[in-house]
Parts: sequence; C-alpha cells; structure tokens
Amino acid sequence: MTDEVILQVRDLKTYFTVDEGVVKAVDGVSFDLHKGETLGIVGESGSGKSVTNLSIINMIPNPPGKIVGGQVLFSGKDLLKIPASELRHIRGNKISMIFQDPMTSLNPFLKISTQMIETIVLHQGLDKKAAKEKAIEMLKLAGIPAPEKRIDQYPHQFSGGMRQRVMIAMGLSCNPEILIADEPTSALDVTIQAQILELMQELTKRLGTAVILITHSLGVVAGMCDTLCVMYAGRIVERGKTDDIFEDPKHPYTQGLIRSVPRLDKENADRLYSIPGQPPNVIDLPDCCPFYPRCEKAKDICKKKYPPVTGFENGRAVSCWLYAEETK
Amino acid sequence: MSEHDTLLDVHGLKMHFPIGKSLLAKNRGFIYAVDGVDFSIKRGETLGLVGESGCGKSTTVRAVAQLYKPTAGEVILKGKDLTKMAPHDLLAARKNMQMVFQDPYASLNPRMTAGDIIAEPMRIFQKRGLLDISNDERNDRVEHLMEKVGLSRFFKNRYPHEFSGGQRQRIGIARALALNPELMLCDEPVSALDVSIQSQILNLFKDLQQEFGLTYLFIAHDLAVIQYISDRVAVMYLGVIVEISGSKDLYKNPLHPYTQALLSAAPIPDPKIEAQRQRIILTGDVPSPDKQRPGCYFYDRCQKRMDVCKTCRPQLKTTEEGHQVACFLYHKPE
Repeated sequence: MTDEVILQVRDLKTYFTVDEGVVKAVDGVSFDLHKGETLGIVGESGSGKSVTNLSIINMIPNPPGKIVGGQVLFSGKDLLKIPASELRHIRGNKISMIFQDPMTSLNPFLKISTQMIETIVLHQGLDKKAAKEKAIEMLKLAGIPAPEKRIDQYPHQFSGGMRQRVMIAMGLSCNPEILIADEPTSALDVTIQAQILELMQELTKRLGTAVILITHSLGVVAGMCDTLCVMYAGRIVERGKTDDIFEDPKHPYTQGLIRSVPRLDKENADRLYSIPGQPPNVIDLPDCCPFYPRCEKAKDICKKKYPPVTGFENGRAVSCWLYAEETK
Repeated sequence: MSEHDTLLDVHGLKMHFPIGKSLLAKNRGFIYAVDGVDFSIKRGETLGLVGESGCGKSTTVRAVAQLYKPTAGEVILKGKDLTKMAPHDLLAARKNMQMVFQDPYASLNPRMTAGDIIAEPMRIFQKRGLLDISNDERNDRVEHLMEKVGLSRFFKNRYPHEFSGGQRQRIGIARALALNPELMLCDEPVSALDVSIQSQILNLFKDLQQEFGLTYLFIAHDLAVIQYISDRVAVMYLGVIVEISGSKDLYKNPLHPYTQALLSAAPIPDPKIEAQRQRIILTGDVPSPDKQRPGCYFYDRCQKRMDVCKTCRPQLKTTEEGHQVACFLYHKPE
C-alpha cells in the first residue's frame, strides 16, 4: 500500500424514490482508496454498502435510483460525469467487480471461455486465440485444476467455490487497478471461504490491485483489510486503520458491533452483548443521528442534528456527538 | 447417564434419497444424505450440530422430526420410537418437539397475521382433541408468548411483511413455544440475521431455555455461534458425525483433522490474532454424497491420511470422558 490515492469518493449521495417516500440509501459518503490498499466496508443489510459501490461505477438502475450528488474521482476524472462510452472502457477494465452469488453472476448458457474471452478481447485488444491463452493463464492463477479443459465447460459444471474462483480470474483478467468485491464469500462454506480469501489476498498483492471489500463479517475484515469504513443507515460512521478500529472502536455502533459477535478464541460471557432495537427504516430519515434510538450514550443533541466528522490521528474519522463537542 | 434424563436418543439414523426415481426410469442410485448417525441429548441440554452445506445437518434434524421418513434407524423421544408410531400417536408426540426454521421470510405464511401464526399449532391440536384449551385461553396464551419473545402484543394483527427479519424470527420462536414443547429443533435460526440482531436472538434462546427448561438441537454453520449456545457439539461431514464433545473441550482440543481445519478456517474478528494465525487450508470441495465409500469420508481432503483410511471406515469411539471421535489417528482399526 502506498500513499498514492487512486480513487476519491466525495460526498456521494444516492437516493431511491419509492411509493412511500425517498430512500436515502447512500447519504454523503466520502473515502479515499490508495494504490494496493484493501479497504473494507462493513455494515448490516440496508446500510448502503452495495449501493455505494454500484454508485462508484455508475450502475444504479435509474429509475428508481438516482445519484443526486457527489464526486467519484478516478485518475483525474469524475466517473459520474463522463460519457457512457468512456465509462464502459473503465468498467471491467480498470475497475472490475465480483459479486456475492457466483451462480447468478455467470451466464448459465455460455461456456466459461466465451464469457472470459469477451472481456479480454474488448478491453485488451487481443485476438481470440491470445485472449483464450490469457484466460487459461488467469484460471491457472486462480487455482483451477486443468484449466485448458475446464475453460470449455459451462458454469453448472463448477462447484460454488470453483465458480467464485472463475469470477476472480475474470475480474482480474484485465489487470484492473481496482477490484470491487461485494460479499465475495458470503455464500460459501468456511473452509471454502478461507481458500477464496487467501487466493484474493495473494493475487491482488501480486498484481498490485486495490480492493474494496464489502462484507458483513467482522472476522473477514479483520483478516483481509488495511482500512475499514463502518456504515450505518447510508453514512460512514467511523473510518480508519483496521487495527486501530478493532483496538479502540470510538463510535458506539462500532463498539456494539464488535462486542456482539460471539468469539471462538475467548470464553464468552453467559449473555452476549446486544445492541437493542432494530436497524432504522431509511425512508425519509430526519436529520438526526439515525443510531440514537439504539445508542446507550445518546444525548439531546443527537436527536436534533447529524454529528459532524471528527478527525483523529492516523486518518481516523468518527461521526458522533461524543467527540464533536470535545473538539469544538 | 440414566435412562431418565435422556430426552432424545438417535441410533443408526440413515436417510437416503433416491435419484431420479420414476415409473419408467430405473433408479440411478441414492444420495446418502445421512448415513448412520448416533447421538443423544439430555434434558435441558443444547446439542450443537456444525458442518458445511450438504453435510446432512438439516436432513438429520428433519429426519428426527419425522418430516422425512428415515431409511433406517431409531429416533427415541422420551422412551418411544417415533419411526414406528402410527400417524395419530406421532402427532401427539410432536407436541413435545417443535421446529424453528432458518428463513424467517419463507417460514411464515404471508396471509396470516402474527397472532394467527402463533395460535395455529394450538388450533390444530384443539381440532384433533389433543389439547384442552378454550379459545379465550388460546388468545391469552398468544399474547403471553408474544411478550415472552419480546414482541408487543399490539402487533398481534399485523402481517409478516410488516416485521423486520429479527422480529419475524421471534414470531417463529413463539409459534414453536406455543405447545410447550420440551425439545426444540432449531435449523440455522440465526444465519439469516444481521450481527446486531443475531446476538439478540441468541440471548432470547438462552433466556427461554432457562425459563422453560428447554432442550435444543441447534444447527448453525457459524462455529462461534455454536460454541456460544451449545453444551455439547457434534461435527458432521458427508452424512456422518466425525466428532462429538463438550463445547469447551472441542474448541480447545479438536481431535479430528476436519474439526481442526474447520476451526482454523473460521475468521476471528481481531486483526492482531488474524495476522498471526496459521490456517489449515483444505484443498478441494466436499465430495458429492452420491456413493458410499469403504474408507473414511474425509480421506480425499485429509492432511493426515494413512493407508488404512482408504479401505476401512472409522467408527465413533470415546477417547476420553465425553469426547468421541471417528478417526484412526486415535484408535486402531479392528
């Protein structure tokens, strides 16, 4: 990981208009991604993790969704403003994605070779034969045995773990600068998850790819990520180095999240800690801290205004009135 | 362990599903989903069942509940074998044995209100004359149960879509409690829930166990969850139990190579520990359970395999008090 920033997300806002009102799925998200860095985004379902990443490559279905504000700066260009033809050249080439469910993200009617060669021919200008060789090489890197044979098979002939390996091979086949992995191992078993995570770590390190890893598992984040963003109700409530956040979580939500996971390596208390209440409904959220109804440390101000970002050493940033006042 | 405090006893349970059975086509073989499982649960105890997808956890639980008719074996609940019971007796016996399912979306009828869903088991037993309860008492009990699982009784007339995932799981738990069962079969009841909700529901399971003296057979694929909830843990692989032990003992001292790999593969939410851990990365996938092998089912992926493992199948044997393992590293083949 170097200091060179390759992707800047600034105050990104993506809203969805539904019958009941406006869903502020992502509401003012900002972060930087450095070259070779692995950035984790954690949060519960509906916190806006996936929408953030779909917004980065401008793939929000419109209607009902709309990116209403913010910037996504990638090599000096705002991805939200450039024409579609230019964007197509970046997607799958400079920035590629891996999705959660390898069953539905591969086309069941096409051979693996067809699907992989298409991307390589399109983005790298190779002819079909060279592209196939490249695809075989990538499959070999991804740990698929006998890739020369397997490449001419269909997705249903692969197991779940193998399919995710194909997705990783495909995602990395154009040497992207950024790989966005949306819950890449959530559908897999633990032993397969360990295989896939190790593969991703090894390959991205070797190729120098920066990774945005979306997950709900704190365990996966702890083992994979250099930096971490914790999302709640469409906003990043805490961000910083993974080690720092696990060592000393500052936002009450992060604290609660880390405490409520049962631990394998330690003796658990008789009762688990749990955050009371339900995650908020993000339709027409008022401008207060969305976590205050569940927060043990809530104050009056939390019900009135959204807390500003407070900076700490080592790039740590927290949105909570506990710290905002101290610095004022 | 005396006869008296064993609530459920399972002997040689087998569940084989035929592949492609039809009038014309010949039977092309079987899926050996559960292939000889033995365990017992004491009153008030929680037995956790872990394993990867396709290892037969859910099939075991469903065969215990007699939702599938087991191919072979005995399921003895309170001294009576469920597999040999007449349908009417089985229904009566099921009163003592209720299930909580994984998916809180699919397991509740979207056209019934929360109150109706919770009352349904009581209504069924009333109709068959197996439960003596008046309609008013039934309504009171529904409200009582809702408060017990942490739902306001004012939500009685709402429909499932008006609840969040965690609340729906609470409805599912209230429904399972409605008949005052002794044994609860929980098939991945927290897997579909978010972290903050998962801990709420796990605590609820513990509280209910204390209050009503419940016995759980609890499935999860998350090892940390299983460790937290269980007194004893059984590890399954390809339709057989490879290791059973007290929960603390299993995590401190896993014996079977598969258990060791499983534990080392589970991520721990602490970057410092993760940075230092040595993982046992298993190669390959779980093989398909469509054939019976002469040897150990874990042979293909095992790092400590020996020649004997290929030809001879290890049986579950006690190595020390309360710790059983099926592996030739610990006992000689006969």
